[in-house]
Amino acid sequence: MQLAKVIGNVVATRKDEKLTGHKLLLIQPITPDRVASGQSLVAVDSVGAGVGEEVFVVRGREASFPFLPIEVPTDLNIVGIVDHWSTDNANR
Amino acid sequence: MQLARVLGPLVSTQKQSTLIGAKLLLVQPITADDQPQGVALLAIDSVGTGVGEKVLIVSEGRAAGQAISQPTAPVDVAIIGIVDEVNF
Repeated sequence: MQLAKVIGNVVATRKDEKLTGHKLLLIQPITPDRVASGQSLVAVDSVGAGVGEEVFVVRGREASFPFLPIEVPTDLNIVGIVDHWSTDNANR
Repeated sequence: MQLARVLGPLVSTQKQSTLIGAKLLLVQPITADDQPQGVALLAIDSVGTGVGEKVLIVSEGRAAGQAISQPTAPVDVAIIGIVDEVNF
């Protein structure tokens, strides 16, 4: 999984029918220091996240697992909203 | 599999139901000579590691879900071992 910040939402009227009803959010992957890392991406949401929240996302085939047995065609899914984290900077 | 260093714990109350009870740790992938490599990842811990330890992670394919005995959990990174030493 990877840390990310929700920076917007995406609306698509015409899409794969298995995506119907799923919220699409624009996310920016971030480092543990809250610095943007890499390009922004579109993720489906399975936990009810909103713009401005820090979340974690799962990539790849596992991204569609929360919707089983329906196989939703996605490779990026928001699977948790972050309360807080801590890092030991001596080990960075 | 990859070598990584455990940075610290992450707390999330609202998460996907199959992740309830899972221990989440931020890890920094490292090279064999202990230099940071790439972006930090969030991993499920299945072996009971602590902050600062050098660990072995899986980050591709279905291996991560299998490591926590939940093949359908939406997990792509798992800590599967604590490294004692690396010789090269």
